[in-house]
Amino acid sequence: MRIGVLALQGAVAEHMRSIEAAGGEAVAVKSTEQLDELGGLIIPGGESTTIGKLMRKYGFMDAVRSFSAQGKPIFGTCAGLIVLAERIEGQEEAHLGLMDMTVARNAFGRQRESFETDLPVKGIDEPIRAVFIRAPLIKEVSSKVEVLSTYNDEIVTARQGNLLACSYHPELTDDYQLHAYFLNMAVEAAVAKR
Amino acid sequence: METGTSRVKRGMAEMQKGGVIMDVMSAEQAKVAEAAGATAVMALERVPSDIRAAGGVARMCNPKVVEEVMKVVSIPVMAKARIGHYVEAKVLESLGVDYIDESEVLTPADEVYHISKQEFTIPFVCGAKDLGEALRRIQEGASMLRTKGEPGTGNIVEAVRHLRLINGQMRKVQNLSKDELYHEAKVLGVPYELLLGIHETGKLPVVNFAAGGVATPADAALMMHLGADGVFVGSGIFKSDSPEKFARAIVEATTHYEDYKLIAEVSKDLGAPMKGIEISKLEASQRMQDRGL
Repeated sequence: MRIGVLALQGAVAEHMRSIEAAGGEAVAVKSTEQLDELGGLIIPGGESTTIGKLMRKYGFMDAVRSFSAQGKPIFGTCAGLIVLAERIEGQEEAHLGLMDMTVARNAFGRQRESFETDLPVKGIDEPIRAVFIRAPLIKEVSSKVEVLSTYNDEIVTARQGNLLACSYHPELTDDYQLHAYFLNMAVEAAVAKR
Repeated sequence: METGTSRVKRGMAEMQKGGVIMDVMSAEQAKVAEAAGATAVMALERVPSDIRAAGGVARMCNPKVVEEVMKVVSIPVMAKARIGHYVEAKVLESLGVDYIDESEVLTPADEVYHISKQEFTIPFVCGAKDLGEALRRIQEGASMLRTKGEPGTGNIVEAVRHLRLINGQMRKVQNLSKDELYHEAKVLGVPYELLLGIHETGKLPVVNFAAGGVATPADAALMMHLGADGVFVGSGIFKSDSPEKFARAIVEATTHYEDYKLIAEVSKDLGAPMKGIEISKLEASQRMQDRGL
């Protein structure tokens, strides 16, 4: 299964390594034409303002929305989660606006408040090592969104059909469970299509 | 739950990859940088070319300016402390800046010792012009590196030299035998374990950005082409004719560093870049890169 990692800015290589470790094939995506050949797309961590600007500039907004409309899975981590959300606290404009939820940026504070912890996630066997870096939180979800994990009662992992989002960085560890979970979503989507 | 782990500190730099970190001297400039797509800003009182022109002692930025910058942008804010100035670094940490640059651009406070960076919760970036410096800074606790280049000159030649040297030295280390590695550690003045890591992976354990002399979109793209993980731009933006245009163009050229048509396109109508300095015209005492080895 071929998974693209949006390579405009951020931790691209780490996601590619994790996808390959989980048994998939990873491609760095820099232009919209590459989307056709993919079974799934990861929007990595980085700076959401930068990634959002570059996505607009190079036509990724509509291209990724139509990618999603085909039922192909998208996984957003940290900045990627912000890019997926329909509503961003304190900002008028969202980016892709695909997931029916409200997110808060830098919700834990600044870098000195960044941390790592073990986090149980619904649908995954072992707790995963979650690295939160100036991380966002999911403040509110609609009934379309399934909550997969919480930390201190706040939502940090969620799924809405073909869309998966987490506020931490699974790509910074050697734990590939969440990437395997996403790969499986891509396989199921491809099977359903046939 | 653990804060300040090496993974959390190094990870923060990983999130900056492919991005441009811009020097800013005020809240207003910080907003311009953020709007242009900077992944972080570096708050300082004077950009390197002004420090060069003004002479005297260059110190940490006024905390008031740092706070004003932190207030107006949502991207990470970095700030510089003098080499070896533990208290400036602690002051910046107390303000809540996201990253400290222990920087040769400021006048060193200590001619021998760097700050022991392990004990800080917030991460540090340090400059390096060869593999020895790079690994010594990592040993002291730096979570991110950058080339030193020659700051404030608008001349890319020194940053190119440093990045090529570090990458060439890493390729050499990869090919050494174990007994040669022990000797190389001694020659470079670095811990054997860090060198062994390079030998095994062929990579630095932290992100390495280009810095010092980046003045044009093509300069930024050249550094990416040579293997930099991202770019710091100091005087290059706010000393150019049109900072907003330069900032946007450098961001685009960094993302698409292999798309030469695009770089040509964004380089049109920029106005004049900062005025450059030929390196051989600098006196030995004016070379910032020779500070903190």
